[in-house]
Amino acid sequence: MTRSGAWAAAEHAARASRARLVALLASNSGDLALAEDAVGAAFEQALVVWPERGVPANPDGWLLTVARNRQRDVWKSAAHRTAAPLEQVPDNVGSVATLDEVDPDAIPDRRLALLFVCAHPAIAESARTPLMLQAVLGFDAAQVASVFAVSSSAMAGRLVRAKRRIRDARIPFVVPDRTVMPERLPAVLEAVYGCFTIARGPGVTPMASESLYLATVLAESVDEPEAWGLASLIALSLSRAGATGADFVPLDEQDPASWDAELAERGERMLRRASAGGRIGRFQLEAAMQAVHAARRHTGVTDWPALDTLSRALVHTAPTLGSRVARAAIADRVDGPEAGLDVLDAVARDHPAATSYQPFHAVRADLLARAGRTADARAAFDRAAELATDDAVRAWLRNRSP
Amino acid sequence: MRYTILMHYSEETGESIGEETIAAGREAFAAYTAALEQAGVLIGAEVLAPSELTTTLRMVDGELRVQDGPFADTKEQLGGTVVIDVPDLDAAIEWARQAPPIHWGAVEVRPGATHTVEGVWTPNR
Repeated sequence: MTRSGAWAAAEHAARASRARLVALLASNSGDLALAEDAVGAAFEQALVVWPERGVPANPDGWLLTVARNRQRDVWKSAAHRTAAPLEQVPDNVGSVATLDEVDPDAIPDRRLALLFVCAHPAIAESARTPLMLQAVLGFDAAQVASVFAVSSSAMAGRLVRAKRRIRDARIPFVVPDRTVMPERLPAVLEAVYGCFTIARGPGVTPMASESLYLATVLAESVDEPEAWGLASLIALSLSRAGATGADFVPLDEQDPASWDAELAERGERMLRRASAGGRIGRFQLEAAMQAVHAARRHTGVTDWPALDTLSRALVHTAPTLGSRVARAAIADRVDGPEAGLDVLDAVARDHPAATSYQPFHAVRADLLARAGRTADARAAFDRAAELATDDAVRAWLRNRSP
Repeated sequence: MRYTILMHYSEETGESIGEETIAAGREAFAAYTAALEQAGVLIGAEVLAPSELTTTLRMVDGELRVQDGPFADTKEQLGGTVVIDVPDLDAAIEWARQAPPIHWGAVEVRPGATHTVEGVWTPNR
């Protein structure tokens, strides 16, 4: 294992361990913010104590005990200052007994329940993905704020409100049963997908790879076709993340040898697992499109007619701005640039948001150039470059402009 | 944990929607509260008289203003409340979704903060 690989593995282990401890403490108390503080303090203490006395035989058990004590201290001090008679006294003191019964050698994994709490229908949609990034993946409010392009204080406020709501409205830490699962799973998948898309840039970011881990945990636990579809979609997309380094390289021009073959195969296996469920959905269709691209590493060519079929099905299932813009690029490959431009004209009519959607202008610029409409193409490339958030993409667009 | 289910809907009468519809609504309410009672979660329920009968009081510059009509003059009015005691929000939502006005209005479910027990304020838990 390389040095950076070892570092990434250690970081992943720490995130996984942190999430398990936070989920366990919070599921007993209902207080996510307190659980995060307690676990954070336990990790800080470990950084002081472990180098001196050595890593304990059961690191998670050690961390759990320290975090649990920390939580208890907070409850005790809260019980002492019952100044305001109308203020709600936390009633979670009773759950200390439950926690004491937890065998540190067999820490139950409540991360899945925590995922469902983060994407609970009573939590504002705009807070769900940030909450997952923070509570489950351990990114701090400032990091989460930067990927959402909002100020740290605004993001911190959003997260605090969501956690207060979880505690005070008492959102239970449970995995929904089969009867409620169909209505609750889509929001969880959506939020995990959000974790992935916002982190998707050139190269493999920690957030992007952690979102694959989340999606995989979720798929293994709920064993639903769309959950496997999402995990597959993330694995297949990430398998190509290494192909663009400092310079942006569009998918068509990437050398398949630069892709991560192992990750692509993993994605393909997960897609087969998804299709075995016999219920098609948006994420499986997107994963299947990624699989068509990934297949170029064996065949050397891209099967555009297959992509055409899949993208039509995707637009039918999920007529989002993103899926329709992607459809335009494929229509171009199958029926020529004018066909693609027709699709985009329809998109612009239906989605006012298209005017500020970067991929819309990037695809349109490319199609206009192919159609020989140089002046229009140039304007579209300018607009796409203007809207690009990534420097490498912006440079590529400026370079490509006719 | 106590939750109050607040039911908001536009106010209708037998004249506007028909006596049968009103009777059916009344039956649905009877079945609903019977189910709540049976499950042992019902603290109390009340359906309010139409807002045209309500009177709103305010102190303006230290002076009492009494006005006919509701606090907020909106099309949908608070029409009734049901107080339940259940373990968590999921259980409360499960009961709230069965409230009959879900078919003709909006149903809000809100945790209580504190309530009186024999006249003494007691925190909700």
